[in-house]
Amino acid sequence: MTATPQDPGPTAQDPGPAPQDPGPAPQDPAAAPRPAPRPARWWTLLGGDRFAAAAAVVLGLVLTAALLGPVLLGDAAERQDLRASLRPPSLDHGVLGLLGTDVLGRSMLARLIDAAGTTLSVALPAVVCSLVIGSAIGMWAGYHGGLRESAAMRVADVILSFPSLLLAVVALYVFTPSVANLVLILAITRIPVYLRTARAEAAELRSRLFVDAARTFGAGSGATIYRHILPITLPTLLTVATVDFSFVMLTESSLSFLGIGIQPPDVSWGLMVAQGRQYLQTAWWIAVLPGVAIVITTVSATIIAAWARLATDPAQRWRLTAPRARRARANRGETPS
Amino acid sequence: MTVPTPAAPPSGAEPALEVENLSVDLNTASGTVRAVDGISFAVRKGVTLALLGESGCGKSMTALAVAGLLDPVAEVAEGAVRVGGTDVLRLGRAERKRLAGPVLSIVFQDALTALNPVQTVGAQLGEPFRIHQGLSRRKAREKAVELMRTVGIPEPRARARSYPHQFSGGMRQRLLIAMAVALGPDVLIADEPTTALDVTVQAQIMQLLADLQAEHDMAVVLITHDLAVVAERADNVAVMYAGTVVETGPVHEVFAAPGHPYTRGLLDSVPENVDRGQRLRSVPGSPPELTAIPAGCVFQARCPMARDRCAEERPALTPAGPSRAAACHFSEELASA
Repeated sequence: MTATPQDPGPTAQDPGPAPQDPGPAPQDPAAAPRPAPRPARWWTLLGGDRFAAAAAVVLGLVLTAALLGPVLLGDAAERQDLRASLRPPSLDHGVLGLLGTDVLGRSMLARLIDAAGTTLSVALPAVVCSLVIGSAIGMWAGYHGGLRESAAMRVADVILSFPSLLLAVVALYVFTPSVANLVLILAITRIPVYLRTARAEAAELRSRLFVDAARTFGAGSGATIYRHILPITLPTLLTVATVDFSFVMLTESSLSFLGIGIQPPDVSWGLMVAQGRQYLQTAWWIAVLPGVAIVITTVSATIIAAWARLATDPAQRWRLTAPRARRARANRGETPS
Repeated sequence: MTVPTPAAPPSGAEPALEVENLSVDLNTASGTVRAVDGISFAVRKGVTLALLGESGCGKSMTALAVAGLLDPVAEVAEGAVRVGGTDVLRLGRAERKRLAGPVLSIVFQDALTALNPVQTVGAQLGEPFRIHQGLSRRKAREKAVELMRTVGIPEPRARARSYPHQFSGGMRQRLLIAMAVALGPDVLIADEPTTALDVTVQAQIMQLLADLQAEHDMAVVLITHDLAVVAERADNVAVMYAGTVVETGPVHEVFAAPGHPYTRGLLDSVPENVDRGQRLRSVPGSPPELTAIPAGCVFQARCPMARDRCAEERPALTPAGPSRAAACHFSEELASA
C-alpha cells in the first residue's frame, strides 16, 4: 500500500506485474520480527484484536461512568423539571439533554450513568461471589471424587431444581428487597452453574498424567488444584462468568421490572426499561436507551471473554500476536509455518 | 563379576528398593482381576533393573503400585514395597508425600501429557523445590534453569519461559527426567521412557539417564519391552509374563542362556538373529486374558515344551545358579538344550 506512490504504475510497457509489486512489501514485517522469548504483554495481545480492544474501551467507559458519574453529575439524575418533560434526544439542551428527558423532566443521560453504578454494583458482586464459591467447591469436588463429589452435586441439583427467577421472587418477597439481598440471592442461584462446570473440568483433569506427575513428587491436593487444575479451568469459568454477567444483569432487570429488585428512588437499567414501558409509544427513548446500554455492555463482556480465552491459552496465543496476513491464512485452516 | 540376583540380594548391601510378593487387583466392570500376581524384585543403588515384558503383562501396573498412583482403578492386594527399608504401602498420606520426590520418583512414557500445557516449564520444574524445600518462586526458577542445563537443554534461561508444546519430543522427555531427578531421588522408576521417541533420540535419553544415575547413585527400575535397550543399559533383568515374574538374573547371563521358554521365545523373535529371506520367528499365540489365567503355568498355552505337569502345577520362581531364578519346571532341560 505504501509502495504504490513510488511505483510508476501506469507505464505503458509493463502493466502486468506492476500491481503485484507491492505484494511482498507488506509481508516483509511479517517475517522480520522473530517470536520474542518474553511472552507478549496483555495489552499487546489486546491490541492484536480490534473487536476486543473496542469492547475493552466500552467496558472501561461503563466502569468509569459508574465510578465517577455520581461525583461529576451531583444531583442531576434526580433534578426534576416538569417543563422539560419527555423531551426527545437532541443537541439543543446542553449535555444533559443530549439523550432527552423522562416524564418528570430528569436528564436521561444522568439517569443512565447513575443506573450504571447500581446495575454493576448488583451484577459484579453477584457474579464474583458465585464464580469464586462455585468454582472452588466444584474443583474440590471434581478432584477428590467419590462422596464429596456426590454431596456437592446433589446440593447443586437442589438449587438448580428451582427456576432461579422464581427462587429470587420468593426470597425477595420474604426478605426486604435491598441491594445486598439481591446480590445474595442472585449469587446463590448462579453457584451451580460454576460448580458443575468446574467439577466436570476437574474430574477430567484429575486423571491426566501431569496431575499424577505432580503427585509423584509430593504435591498435596490443594497445591495440585491451585497449580494444575485452576489454570486450565479458569478460561472456561471466566467465559461462563461473562455470559452469566449478562444473565445476572437481565435477572436484576426482570426483578426490578416486577418491583422487587431495585427500589426507587434508586435506579438501574432494568428498572428504567420497566418504567419506560408505558411511554413506549410516545417517548421511545426512555425504555430503549437503557436497553441499548444493557446490550452494549453484555456484548462487550462476551467479546472480552472470547479474547481472554485465546490470550490465556499458551497454545492459542500466537493467533493474537501473529501479523494479520498470517492470521487470516490460519483462519482459513492452514497451519502456521 | 558378581552381580547379585534381584530376587535375593546378598546380605550387607541394603537394597534401595525392594518389592516383595506384590499383587495388584484391577477393578473392572466385570469384576476384579489380578493384574500383578506376587512379584518380587530388589534393586541396589547404582544398579539398573529392567522389567521386561510385552504389553499388558503388568509392568506399568507394578510401576504405578510402587509410585502409589494406582488409585482409583486398581489397588494393592498384598505384598510390600520397601524403599530404603520402610514399607511405603503402609505409610500415611503425609509421610508418603514426604518421600515422593526426594526418595522415590518416576519418569513417564508420554512426555506431552505428563507436562501441564498451560504452565511454563520453568514453573513446572520449580514445583518440586517449592513443595519440598519451600523455596520462593524466584529461587525455584533458578533451580529449574540449573536442572534444564544439567539435562542438556540449550539456552535454559530463555527456554524456561516456554510452554511444553514448544519443545520437541526428545526435549520434553529431558524435561520430564529433569523433573523426576530434581530432588535427587534414591530410586527412579522409568516407565518406558523412550518408547515415543525415534532411535537417535532414544540413545541420547538413555545416555542421559545413565549419566544421572551415576551422578546421583540412583537405583533405576527401567520398564521396557525393548530387548536392545535392556541388553545395553540394564544390569539385571526381570522378565514378566501375565502378571508374574518368570525369570530374573543378570542381563548378560539371562540373554546368553535363558532359563525360561518365554525368555527364549522373546530373544528368538529379535529380527537380527534371522537370515535374510527367512520367516521372522515369533512367540505364537497371545497372553492369557487376565480373567482366565490358567491353573498351571501361565505360559503353557504358548510354550513349545509344555507337558502334562505344566497344566496342573504352577512352577515357582526357583533359583538356578548363584544369581538367577526361573519359573519353569524344565529350565535345566532348556539350559542344556
